[in-house]
Amino acid sequence: MSSSAAAFDARRWRPPPLVRSARLRWLIGLGFALYLAVALGTLEINWLRVWEGLDRGWAFILAFSEPDFLTRWRDIRQGLLESLTMTVVSTVVGIALSVPVALGAARNLAPLPVYLLCRGLIALSRSFQEVIIAIFFVAMFGFGPLAGVLTLSFATIGFLAKLLAEDIEDIERDQAEAVRATGASWPQWLVYGIQPQVMPRLIGLSLYRFDINFRESAVVGIVGAGGIGATLNTAFDRYEYDTAAAILILIIGIVMAAEYTSSLIRARIQ
Amino acid sequence: MMLEVTGLTKRYPTGDLALKGVDLTVAAGEVIALIGPSGAGKSTFIRCINRLVEPTSGRVRLNGEDITRLKGRALRRARRRMGMIFQEYALVERLTVMENVLSGRLGYVGFWRSWWRRFPPEDVAKAYDLLGRVGLAEFYDKRADELSGGQRQRVGIARALVQDPELLLVDEPTASLDPKTSRQIMRLICELCRERQLAAIINIHDVVLAQMFVARIVGLRDGEVVYDGRPEGLTPEVLTRIYGEEDWTAAAPSARAQARGGPETDEERLEGLV
Ligand SMILES: Nc1ncnc2c1ncn2[C@@H]1O[C@H](COP(=O)(O)OP(=O)(O)O)[C@@H](O)[C@H]1O
Ligand SMILES: [Mg+2]
Repeated sequence: MSSSAAAFDARRWRPPPLVRSARLRWLIGLGFALYLAVALGTLEINWLRVWEGLDRGWAFILAFSEPDFLTRWRDIRQGLLESLTMTVVSTVVGIALSVPVALGAARNLAPLPVYLLCRGLIALSRSFQEVIIAIFFVAMFGFGPLAGVLTLSFATIGFLAKLLAEDIEDIERDQAEAVRATGASWPQWLVYGIQPQVMPRLIGLSLYRFDINFRESAVVGIVGAGGIGATLNTAFDRYEYDTAAAILILIIGIVMAAEYTSSLIRARIQ
Repeated sequence: MMLEVTGLTKRYPTGDLALKGVDLTVAAGEVIALIGPSGAGKSTFIRCINRLVEPTSGRVRLNGEDITRLKGRALRRARRRMGMIFQEYALVERLTVMENVLSGRLGYVGFWRSWWRRFPPEDVAKAYDLLGRVGLAEFYDKRADELSGGQRQRVGIARALVQDPELLLVDEPTASLDPKTSRQIMRLICELCRERQLAAIINIHDVVLAQMFVARIVGLRDGEVVYDGRPEGLTPEVLTRIYGEEDWTAAAPSARAQARGGPETDEERLEGLV
């Protein structure tokens, strides 16, 4: 007792450092600083272009003060409607595909081969950014909203099926077991033993994914997959920053409205 | 014999030998209490009967039918003849009381009927009557997670009985309840078994509660039956055989009967039910 109390000095106590050896600590710090300096050196920043770019950026910011909704209103309207349609269709299709994939990707439901297949599909969907998938589908099916819908549906699987599968793996086992003990068939067991336990999460995730899909629909449009993104891209190409500003304001407004309503609904069902 | 279990053995994949060749017969309408320390294999035993757990070897016959080899539809039909009641109630918490009770009819109705909650009116009426019988008639549209422990167990009892079972498998029905509610629940289960001539196996770790309500007691230890007989036979020596060394005089029936004038005959035991 007394010997350990003597070894402990209350004034000198510090938490133990992440890296124990002081030499190694300095080495790591120096190495990192050196790397940063060299990396910055290879960037070859052209200060003249940065200067011109600042100018263009300023013009863009000025355009926000007087966004032009009217000149291209028909294009904007069509783009927005197309994006909304893409969002709704891809979210619905995505959910319809995600639910069976999630069942297959839950270790407590699926046999090993099915599990591996569904987990593989999810991993595939998650490992590619939407834009890359969109480029692939545009190459396959040409420009337009079909490529966008396919992209967003596929991306929805990676998101929704993964999180839903995790929720299914976390269910209360005896609730499900009690349903099995009544002599229920497998589909009845899913509907009575599993579904009620994961339904709030499924609804919450679906609403959340709806938001994401709308936002992404603007992004994938830039690579030619239809929607408001395509309209936005055209406006940039024509240096019509006032129209682009109008489009961005509309996107931000719609995303915020969707996020607000979906968080309201999610709070309701928890 | 209504239920005949012979040589029932269960080895879990982890290597635990939970049952070592258990033989047990239960007559129609007979209620038995299965006692034993935690880990003795009580839960495993009743789960092997309705095949929530697959037995490693041995036979289970229900009214002559071997149910250890059944698969698919035949297994589900066998399961609906056995109602199960759980320690933690195991109600589906986000469903209503009525939906929970009606889930006891799933073995009888088709998928789409159960999906749309369109159960036959006779089933709904039966479920409502049972809710009345367990004292929860006005609770049918409440969500299961709004109920107290004792109320949930009553719903669990109604769910098991709405199956029209021949046998009840009851796993520690009172282990999560206070002493008074425990007695009420035990009394309710035993009354219902008597009313309906139902056989039951009741796992229970409370020896006194078992002696109070049940006329035949089976003691399980380390996966083996070490006692099968009347509650009066649970002498301190027998309790030591079941549970291990401890001072059992307070739980042994002779001492208990003198102290509290508890039931000594089956008639008195049934009186206690009413
Ligand atoms: N799912 C399981 N996997 C592995 N071993 C188990 C499992 N369930 C129970 N066991 C083991 O089997 C033995 C009996 O357990 P159980 O039937 O739950 O006993 P009781 O209900 O009498 O407490 C214990 O040793 C326990 O560790
Ligand atoms: Mg147990």
